[in-house]
Amino acid sequence: MLQRVSTFLYLRPRMVLWLMLGPPLAYMFVVYLGSLINLLVYSFFYLEEFTGLVVREFSLRTYLESVNIANREIILRTSTMAAAVTLADALIAFPLAYYIAKFASPRLKTWLIISVTIPLWSSYLVRVYAWKLILAKEGILSWFVDLLHLSPLLDWLLRLPGIGGSSLSLSPLGMFVVFTYIWLPYMIIPIQTALERVPASLIEASSDLGAHPGQTFRTVILPLAFPGVVAGSIFTFSLTLGDFIVPLSLGNSKFFIGQAVYSYQGTGGNIPLAAAMTMGPVVIMILYLLIAKRLGAFDAL
Amino acid sequence: MRSNSAPGSSASLGVKLGALGAFLFLNVPILIIFLYTLTPDETTYTFPLPGITFKWFGVAVQRADLWRALILSIQVASVATAVALILGTLAAAAVYRSSFFGREAVSFLLVLPIALPGIVTGIALRSALGTFDFPFSFWTIVIGHATFCVVVVYNNILARFRRMQGSQIEASMDLGANSFQTFRFVVLPNIATALFAGGMLAFALSFDEVIVTTFTAGQQSTLPIWIFSQLVRPRDRPVTNVVATIVILITFFPIFFAQKLTAGTSDTQGETK
Repeated sequence: MLQRVSTFLYLRPRMVLWLMLGPPLAYMFVVYLGSLINLLVYSFFYLEEFTGLVVREFSLRTYLESVNIANREIILRTSTMAAAVTLADALIAFPLAYYIAKFASPRLKTWLIISVTIPLWSSYLVRVYAWKLILAKEGILSWFVDLLHLSPLLDWLLRLPGIGGSSLSLSPLGMFVVFTYIWLPYMIIPIQTALERVPASLIEASSDLGAHPGQTFRTVILPLAFPGVVAGSIFTFSLTLGDFIVPLSLGNSKFFIGQAVYSYQGTGGNIPLAAAMTMGPVVIMILYLLIAKRLGAFDAL
Repeated sequence: MRSNSAPGSSASLGVKLGALGAFLFLNVPILIIFLYTLTPDETTYTFPLPGITFKWFGVAVQRADLWRALILSIQVASVATAVALILGTLAAAAVYRSSFFGREAVSFLLVLPIALPGIVTGIALRSALGTFDFPFSFWTIVIGHATFCVVVVYNNILARFRRMQGSQIEASMDLGANSFQTFRFVVLPNIATALFAGGMLAFALSFDEVIVTTFTAGQQSTLPIWIFSQLVRPRDRPVTNVVATIVILITFFPIFFAQKLTAGTSDTQGETK
């Protein structure tokens, strides 16, 4: 019996292909793409102000609302944060990625890669929580700052408008630290992968031709690692744009995009507006992906 | 590999210090949670700890709400992993063995849930459930998690297929095995560790997922949802420390073993959340 089924299928490779591809494709099309399209459609509906009900007819007024002054401020604030986090991550990630790719012994390398990938996969929420403990007013960071007699500096930072707050655990400055920490592995891995591909012969050639290590780094290694930096920044940028856990846990009353979307769809009951506002990050992400593709970043993914 | 760099070269002090700094920044914070499970202080996060106590582990074990959340999380992660294993393996096998129109698009579609921010997946599913008046249930959480777990399995299996020798399959067929026997005795042993690694990663990913879950869980509480509510409004600080520690341990080992299994290969390169 099985033999006959096997022969039957063997003679029909197209049918086998569709039997295999069918279930995963059906799932992704119906559940995922279906939901995304539904969301896109919703973003063209609008909320009737008096009744609070969703009016299901095509309109652009929700999009107009999504870029009103209050929301524009939210978008600007979130993008600034995402850019700052991306820059900080690139600076912090580079030395470690460089060390892993070019200097670590094979044994150490395996362990370092594991230590970078474990936080990439796990305990996102728990790692945010860890910073709640660290940044608390009475917590470990304040204790260290006190020990080093730097409290006046910290107080001065916290008084700065725009980045300060009542304590590090309730300020944009604290959020910046946590975002940078949370997304760091997403920057390290692509840079390391890119650096891994720089041929040793190229580096040798550079030094043979009389470049000192600094010059080699600037003119050979850095340009070749750049696509990796771009690939990493796709993640750090988009993940910061869409996140609402960090702003809800460490932010103050000044909203970020993710947080605004979360509250519009939840307490606000305004799914069209929430939908329109998520389209922002989606469009930014797609543009970003297109630019990154032109820069060759996908080779480093 | 060491041979990548010029012979005898070693990192400059700056690179070493930078690497060490980034390494510590990446790994020390999580250890702070372990430390805080021992604090006797119930209302603040005072450091240095005012004393040492082990009572919170006992308190946490007594909490019925935590047990319910833990069991729900494990059930969701198990079912989502099973769905991801089946769908991911099927998709990887299809993409590997045949070329067809839109093959690239399949990879793209599968990667999309982890390439776009979690909130997009979350709110899309939430609004779809709303549109069709679909009530929140165990299955709505599973459906949400499976969307981003499939790609993890898919990536692992596809990478393994690409390194597998096609001649093995041909030999098996030439020697008279039918497709099912070939799958059972040749393909399955070859992809077993990749299946295991993919499954472990999918489980860990689902177990501590919070963003999509907040949109698809309704009133149900998974362990991450419980922690999230404590993050926003801390009520049981010491118990939260214990729960966070448990989540770290439950997700650490599957990922650790998955990484060890695939270390040195490119199986898990380029993954994203």
